[in-house]
Amino acid sequence: MERRSRSAAGVCIGQVRRACLTLRDYSKVFVRRNRAARGTIGMVSLIEDNMIRLKVNGVERSFNGDSQMPLLWYLRDVLGLTGTKYGCGIALCGACTVHRDGKAIRSCVTRMGALAGSSITTIEHLSAAGLHAVQKAWMEHNVPQCGYCQSGQIMQAVALLNSTPRPTDQQIEEAMAGNICRCGTYNRIREAIKAAAGERA
Amino acid sequence: MSDILNLSRRGFLKGVVTTGALVLSVRVLPSGLLAEEVAYAGTHAEHAPLHPGVYVGIDTDGTVYIVAHRSEMGTGIRTSLPLVLADELDADWKRVKIEQAIGDARYGSQETDGSQSIREFFDAMREAGATARLMLTRAAAQQWNVPESQCRADLHTIVHASSGRKLGYGELTTAAGRLPVPDKKELQFKPPSAWRYVGKGMVSYDLSHLVTGKAVYGMDARMDNMVYASIEHPPVLGGKIKSYDDKAPLQVPGVRQTIPIDTFKPPHEYQALGGIAVIADNTWAAFQGRKKLNVAWENGAHAAFSSDEFKKEMQATARKPGKAVRNEGDVDAGFAKGGKVLEADYYVPLLAHASMEPPVAVADFRDGKLTAWAPTQDPQATQDAVSKALGIAKENVICHVTLLGGAFGRKSMPDYIVEASLLSKKVGRPVKVVWTREDDVKFDYYHAVAAMYMKAAVDDKGMPTAWLQRSVFTPIPSTFDASATYGGDDEMGMGFTDIPFDIPNLRVENGPAVAHVRIGWLRSVANVYHAFAVQSFLDELAHNAGRDPLEYLLALLGRPRVLDLKATKYPNYNADYQKFPIDTARLRKVVEVVAEKSGWGKRKLEKGRALGIAVHRSFVTYVASVVEVEVTPQGEVRVPRVDTALDAGLVVNPEITRAQFEGANVFGASLALMGEITAKNGAIEQSNFNDYPVARITEAPRENNIYIVESTAPPAGVGEPGVPPFAPALCNAIFAATGKRIRELPISKTNLKA
Ligand code: FES
Ligand code: FES
Repeated sequence: MERRSRSAAGVCIGQVRRACLTLRDYSKVFVRRNRAARGTIGMVSLIEDNMIRLKVNGVERSFNGDSQMPLLWYLRDVLGLTGTKYGCGIALCGACTVHRDGKAIRSCVTRMGALAGSSITTIEHLSAAGLHAVQKAWMEHNVPQCGYCQSGQIMQAVALLNSTPRPTDQQIEEAMAGNICRCGTYNRIREAIKAAAGERA
Repeated sequence: MSDILNLSRRGFLKGVVTTGALVLSVRVLPSGLLAEEVAYAGTHAEHAPLHPGVYVGIDTDGTVYIVAHRSEMGTGIRTSLPLVLADELDADWKRVKIEQAIGDARYGSQETDGSQSIREFFDAMREAGATARLMLTRAAAQQWNVPESQCRADLHTIVHASSGRKLGYGELTTAAGRLPVPDKKELQFKPPSAWRYVGKGMVSYDLSHLVTGKAVYGMDARMDNMVYASIEHPPVLGGKIKSYDDKAPLQVPGVRQTIPIDTFKPPHEYQALGGIAVIADNTWAAFQGRKKLNVAWENGAHAAFSSDEFKKEMQATARKPGKAVRNEGDVDAGFAKGGKVLEADYYVPLLAHASMEPPVAVADFRDGKLTAWAPTQDPQATQDAVSKALGIAKENVICHVTLLGGAFGRKSMPDYIVEASLLSKKVGRPVKVVWTREDDVKFDYYHAVAAMYMKAAVDDKGMPTAWLQRSVFTPIPSTFDASATYGGDDEMGMGFTDIPFDIPNLRVENGPAVAHVRIGWLRSVANVYHAFAVQSFLDELAHNAGRDPLEYLLALLGRPRVLDLKATKYPNYNADYQKFPIDTARLRKVVEVVAEKSGWGKRKLEKGRALGIAVHRSFVTYVASVVEVEVTPQGEVRVPRVDTALDAGLVVNPEITRAQFEGANVFGASLALMGEITAKNGAIEQSNFNDYPVARITEAPRENNIYIVESTAPPAGVGEPGVPPFAPALCNAIFAATGKRIRELPISKTNLKA
């Protein structure tokens, strides 16, 4: 996963998405602007509009800054969603893991330019009501030590369980191998994932 | 307490308390409250009606405020120390609010390292709790007009047994607060049988915030009007800027300015390294701008430092006589007698801390005062370092402590907070300095590189009759005295001068080494390399004698006794030796427990697997580990299982203690299997987790079993002592599995292909 988001392919996917979404946005905005401007002038200005529109934790957002800016810093510095952490900046540690359309991605290498139309979920919005089963399992197993890596660990684990509700030990290790915990909470992470899987089964 | 204070206090409380338990202060939350509105007004504890000392206060609603004065980096100390106080107070943990202290000498030492928080403050917490309890009891007795002896505390209430009358702590706090604070001699402590929390433990106070992204680390601190800084440091220690060009960085959208920072004057201590800061509107822009800087450096003397040559030099020094720091019997005569002599050289490279949260700090200089929010292990050292750097009084440095996203000793050195402080003064607004992972790996206060030489003469049973060991390492004192080349007594006392074996002729020596990078404390410090050398060499001796390593280890520990180190300078981790002696009976005990639990000599192992054992006392705690290794025919090393037994005296929080030792085994796996920092021409070669890897879930011990040995001894350390035995136990297991002896870490340097 981390490799894909770093590769050119990842950017491509993003651009394709953005193109699609731009069309959809276009129509929406067009209607709105058209009410005021009428005619094609509004349309021309819209084509030049490089606003990136995406959803973050269910809220519509638009971004017109540097499209090269990684999502991580948009979340943290612009939106103040600091639950998502910086650990390495180059997709090696998983501390910055969030969900894009339900899949785990490394926000430190995902450019804003690739996110138009995406729906991003961060740890703050993992579960709207109360705690997610994975968060509960994390508490029951006392997983966190310093806790700094745990937002990323939890987001990664949730994505795993969404795609593989009853993961084997091997699948757990494969899915979690990109998430470093320097405090060394791996044994508890493994147990908590198993417990959460049991809970959901 | 004056009315004015009361009022402003209430305003303050409104903003802070209602937002929840963990909140460090409004100012670190993205709520946009202005700094001036919430200028630091002291702790809630000290503004409560009953406030018998700096650590505790009880409000009229019954809330017990307990001040955590030590830093939380994952060891649970922010929970465990307040828990001791709460127990002695007989407080209901649900009604306790923990608040984090700023740096202030009135709390006593806040230097959160050396695995000493519980050891040093267990009694202080109990006294604080017992004092408040006695005052509440007294207030109730006076109110009921009954003898104090008929009243007792029972979970947040005082009860009068015979009449059944009860008063809650909140109802009593105002009256209790008017009483004189009783003398220590009057205090009565709970018997251990009455402890509610101590020994039973409690999960982290911050647990729910740690799993929901609400916990506030240094990385998450923000202030209004804050700008972000990323600093290009001189690649070689002590290097200076020759010239630089910032045209390109200033073109980057969001970049505001660049600011040169003076290179420190030796010794570097906790000063800023120097370099050029790029100031921007967000972290990303600062990083981007910095990449476009064009700097020419003047490197200085350390540019000659390259790890390969340096290693040879150190190993040569280790083969030469050094400064003797412990002498028993007559070693030279022992060796002169003849008999078989074994010798071996061991080597451990520089290591980086690589806590998941890199160094980061927010600082705001205004009106001659500096306010910092930072993940620091030592807010008082921060006050000192910042006051020196800015030329302001220590009292004018207010250092708030956020949660630490790991630290392992790195955040005992507040250089990054000094950087933020210097920059804030220059920029005239709050500045957040964010180190990249690359900065963290390249500009650490590294764990020393060490070369050890071991030599023993053995009798016909293979037992040593003479033993010489020499250690050469880049000493931590070099951080505080540029000319220091020998280790401190404390470093030598970490697993070297204190070796506990029953050997008639023994000498311990230290040789000199010049540090060319900053050297600092890393989890378990000199114990890492000393335990590796001593416990590996012991295994070599056992195999030489054809004896089982466990049996040999027990034989070498000898009869149960307390080591007499009067003739040796031995700091014993700054603990009183009477209270915390080296007791070989306790060493034996952890060895026996771990041997039994791991199934040593009994458990059937799969092909390619073997066990190794090591025992080590550090931070006055006794630890033995048995590591099971699997070495594949391709030479890959896996750790299916580790068993660790520990005797840390009275354990306040067993669950968190177990977690600390599990983590220590993983930390041990990182440094044993893959950790290595090297330099070429004075610059560090590694940069991130690709070339400075740490253990992932796939490399960490698959099974991680921790056994706490029941003990009535006073509480000892738990954060660090799990680390030292892991590497030697693993290497001893590798020898048992492959016949290959690892004398140099990391293991990845040795080809283990069959
Ligand atoms: S910060 Fe994104 S993977 Fe490390
Ligand atoms: S809990 Fe500290 S890095 Fe994972």
